[in-house]
Amino acid sequence: MSAASQTVSFSPHRIGAMVLRYWYLLRSSWPRVVELIYWPLVQVLTWGLIQIYVAQHSGFFARAGATLIGAMLLWEILFRGQLGFSVSFLEEMWARNLGNLMMSPLRPAEFVAALMVMSLLRLVIGMVPVFIVALAFFGFNVYQLGFAFVFFFVNLILTSWSIGILVSGILLRHGLGAESLAWTLAFLILPLSCVYYPVSVLPEWLQPFSWLLPPTYVFEGLRALIIDRVFRADLMLGALALNSVYFAAAAFAFLRLLDSARRQGTLMQTGE
Amino acid sequence: MSPRAAAISTDRLVKVFKGTTAVAGISFQLPPGSITALLGGNGAGKTTTIAMIMGLTVPTSGTVSVLGAQMPQQRYQVLHRMNFESPYVDMPMRLTVRQNLKVFAGLYGVEDADARIATLAEEFDLKDFIDRPTGKLSSGQKTRVSVAKSLLNHPEVLLLDEPTASLDPDTADWVRGRLERYRAESGATVLLASHNMTEVERLCERVIILKRGRIEDDDSPVRLLARYGRDTLEEVFLDVARGRREAREAAQ
Repeated sequence: MSAASQTVSFSPHRIGAMVLRYWYLLRSSWPRVVELIYWPLVQVLTWGLIQIYVAQHSGFFARAGATLIGAMLLWEILFRGQLGFSVSFLEEMWARNLGNLMMSPLRPAEFVAALMVMSLLRLVIGMVPVFIVALAFFGFNVYQLGFAFVFFFVNLILTSWSIGILVSGILLRHGLGAESLAWTLAFLILPLSCVYYPVSVLPEWLQPFSWLLPPTYVFEGLRALIIDRVFRADLMLGALALNSVYFAAAAFAFLRLLDSARRQGTLMQTGE
Repeated sequence: MSPRAAAISTDRLVKVFKGTTAVAGISFQLPPGSITALLGGNGAGKTTTIAMIMGLTVPTSGTVSVLGAQMPQQRYQVLHRMNFESPYVDMPMRLTVRQNLKVFAGLYGVEDADARIATLAEEFDLKDFIDRPTGKLSSGQKTRVSVAKSLLNHPEVLLLDEPTASLDPDTADWVRGRLERYRAESGATVLLASHNMTEVERLCERVIILKRGRIEDDDSPVRLLARYGRDTLEEVFLDVARGRREAREAAQ
């Protein structure tokens, strides 16, 4: 068996064991569960109220107002998905458990798969109550986006995992000194992803850079759906293509950083 | 012994961290079923050597093989047949002892995990606190849990890094007894890094003494005592650590 094939081979039992580990942790700590919900809740209330204010005006802005709360909810999928991935990884560093995992038969691909499962689980716990609040208080039903929501979700979660995988690799190599990246890296792409405004608002020279980011396609797609009632499949496919490239690049970077950590001998002591 | 027949084999193993040499070309072979101590002061290279044997750290040069697999390249062929215990890692604090053991049983592919955990709980006297969060245990209890975790998968190769550090003499003696029994029953190969000479004299049939990343001496405890003309391994250790042997040889 080659080293590469060993690295990517999968055991559902080991992935299940890791998911069980994080599930036990979540179950034992109510502040961790509250943390998943409260910030998205604050966000949806803020943006929901702004939307009500905008909707009181007639014409284009009344229609565009609905995109604000939709965009906020979709951004939270991206941000919370990445945070769910990265925080699960950080839990291992905070617990000084990484050495145990790295010396167990757990493969890097299995570890990443378990973190992706946890990212989804944490997202469901955090976002379902927020979707309900958005519907109950502001009349925004995310499921009314229909089939398009599946495309939006898949693309955003893929982007969040790419960022999460990259951040985890950096943490492996550089320790907890790089922890702030886990909380802030997603915001680096926020202005260029055009979450709350169309790409056309950006200076012309900046627009090509914006189109290098998969979330840009999603948020443009959301606006097209809500304002023009058109589903832009071309945008979704563009996002999917870019996501495939970024996901592969992040996985490659993770393996390189893991290899570098093995060379530097930093896996045993993953502190500051 | 050929490297293939050895349970653990290192050949001219070197590890350099940013210009600092932690391990400077060590070679040894441990036969299956043997129990060996890696002895040395702080910074002698014990933990780095164990990390390279586990495949956790990549050697700068030289080779390591465990149960016939080259480390770290072929580590996934043998990691399920190995285990370790180290003070440099902890188990998740919020998880109960049972939950932690269950997770690691899953990672190591232990069949009938519940039965194995029950057996270890009995052997290591964990039953009174098996459903308590691991973070709330005393250090002695934590060490017992950690050693129990290291035996979950019936390892053929067991690496122990100061397994009784910070334990009171009674608990330390108790842990040594359990390790001795496991080795006798399973025929596992054990490599033990320790500062504790009593532990080494009691458990080990061979002692490899490291100093500044090199093997300074390698023999059975009895022969080391005879050769250094000392009564205890602690005195031998101090002779090596303080360079008395070289001084004596130079004087002669």
